[in-house]
Amino acid sequence: MNAYHIVVCAGIVPDPLQTLEPITTPTGPALKNEMMLPAVLDPWASHALYEAANLATRAPGSKVWLVSAAPKAKLQQVMMNVAQKASFELVPIDAPASGFADAHTVARLLAEAIQSIPGLDRPRLLLFGGWESASRGAGVTMQLVGEGLGVIDQFQGVDQLTVQPDGSFEILERIEGGRHLVSVCQGPPMLLGWATGSLPEPKNNPQVGMANMRTIMPALQKAKAAPLPHGEIRYLSVTPPQQQRQTRIVKDRSADEIAAELSAWILQD
Amino acid sequence: MNILFLAHVDESGTVLLKAAYEALGAALDVAAQTASTLTIGLVGEDVQSVANSVAAAGARILAVAGQDFAHPRYATDAAAVEAICKTVAADIVIAPGTSRFLRVMPGVASRLHGRVDTHITALDLVDGVLTAKRWFYRQRLEAIIQRQARPWFLVVDPGCHQAWSRAAVPAKVEMIAVQLPPEAKRTMHTGVRVPNADAQTIRPDAKLLFVAGAGWSKKQADGKTHLPEAEAIILEFLRSSGASLGGSKSLVDQSGENQAVLGFMTHLNQIGQTGSTPRHPKGLSTCCHGEEPHAVGWRFINERRAVNLDSNCGWARGKADVLYVADAFEVMSKLNRLLASQRKEA
Repeated sequence: MNAYHIVVCAGIVPDPLQTLEPITTPTGPALKNEMMLPAVLDPWASHALYEAANLATRAPGSKVWLVSAAPKAKLQQVMMNVAQKASFELVPIDAPASGFADAHTVARLLAEAIQSIPGLDRPRLLLFGGWESASRGAGVTMQLVGEGLGVIDQFQGVDQLTVQPDGSFEILERIEGGRHLVSVCQGPPMLLGWATGSLPEPKNNPQVGMANMRTIMPALQKAKAAPLPHGEIRYLSVTPPQQQRQTRIVKDRSADEIAAELSAWILQD
Repeated sequence: MNILFLAHVDESGTVLLKAAYEALGAALDVAAQTASTLTIGLVGEDVQSVANSVAAAGARILAVAGQDFAHPRYATDAAAVEAICKTVAADIVIAPGTSRFLRVMPGVASRLHGRVDTHITALDLVDGVLTAKRWFYRQRLEAIIQRQARPWFLVVDPGCHQAWSRAAVPAKVEMIAVQLPPEAKRTMHTGVRVPNADAQTIRPDAKLLFVAGAGWSKKQADGKTHLPEAEAIILEFLRSSGASLGGSKSLVDQSGENQAVLGFMTHLNQIGQTGSTPRHPKGLSTCCHGEEPHAVGWRFINERRAVNLDSNCGWARGKADVLYVADAFEVMSKLNRLLASQRKEA
């Protein structure tokens, strides 16, 4: 199997269990106490990282870079856990991780950071990321990065990547109705926006973590601040959904009674 | 203002997806409100029949057609959409949020030095300025936005607008020739695969979403799991009700951890923060706690009911209209029998 240069783009997002409250700042909307909220690596981008690490293991000579635009203090916290999951070299960009930041600006930063990776070999380049983030949730950043780097074989909602004997790749992408579109691409450079993939979350490996942290900490210290310009998008309002239902809790009813009520409800137009 | 509506022919090669007619409805509304010119752009192998289906909208119709554009492929779709956009010199581009267009629109926006926003749920005018509504943080915060940059690509989510519908009339289609370089054909379409399943369980147009949670795979009152029975009950309910199947993350993750799970449940069924956010009029949750990361996937489910043994679960805290505190195995078995007998009577 050929060796690949796999670049994974991954942001950080608030832990899904946290309550999010929007506030208005001079630079636009933000989350209340954003820097205090526990953060995790973006879930779909995490799957991209696991798939990248798995592919690199099966293709000797391959290398994985993780490019992340986030406040470096928060990124360091997240890396304490993520670094134990897979071997990679971190390319940090010290920038806000807000979902309200414009995707075009973030994509430009990511593309510039990828272009500046020493020794990155374009004919072996596989550009990985999540097909959507859990913050902006737009599913546009990866395509913009790909365009910035001139990669025109792009796939989104990827659940499976299989290397064929001739070096080509078979890719399964999610499409409507719970089905997969199957395509075959001749080879790198390619861009893949991953959905869930097919791998479970790797168990923590402290040895991998320690090896990673030797390069992660110096990289974080050297990370340059990249403030994001604001004004690209005008936010007229940002609000949490107000709807709180008055739940009717039905106890002490027989299964027959409940089934009858559900049946009537289901068949009602 | 120049408004361009874009659509692609579906896999059958003869019709547009419902989402396209919905986005066309939105585009026509915006064009009328802003007194703008609307142009329709089509992509596909053969576009005449779909052009006929939208001809009554009264707009100029442009198309890129041919064998190279029969199937979704980033490089060729981007070239086709780029060519149409350049011909029209559109200020606003409105497209349906199909998997094919979600893949390609950001790249085309980048090529044209425009901007793109996706998962748009509503388009409106505020003080005469076009505004778009969309969700952030996976349906947890809703924003209304404007942009000055043009062209502005707006990709509209399915189910957010009334579908436009008129009788088909013969359409005059202006074809645009697109020359593709060899590198645009490095990817080949080889087919469509349905995931391993006893039945097609994901039905976007179903009236009911049925969610199975991890409780179905847990030990029951007799201290044993009853997975074969759970599978039979769920599949029977899907058959008799026509519901679409969703799952909680904890249930679909079990297959990745090599635990015994429901054989037909995959990550594609997952609802919630790291899954999908489907649109169905009604939703019934069973054996699922309804915690926030899952419940955000129910944002667009209007009527919600849940069956759970825990009266303090998330559904009880204002996330469902009705919570039945009961054993889902028992309730769903009875419900299946009821639906079957009603079907016989009908």
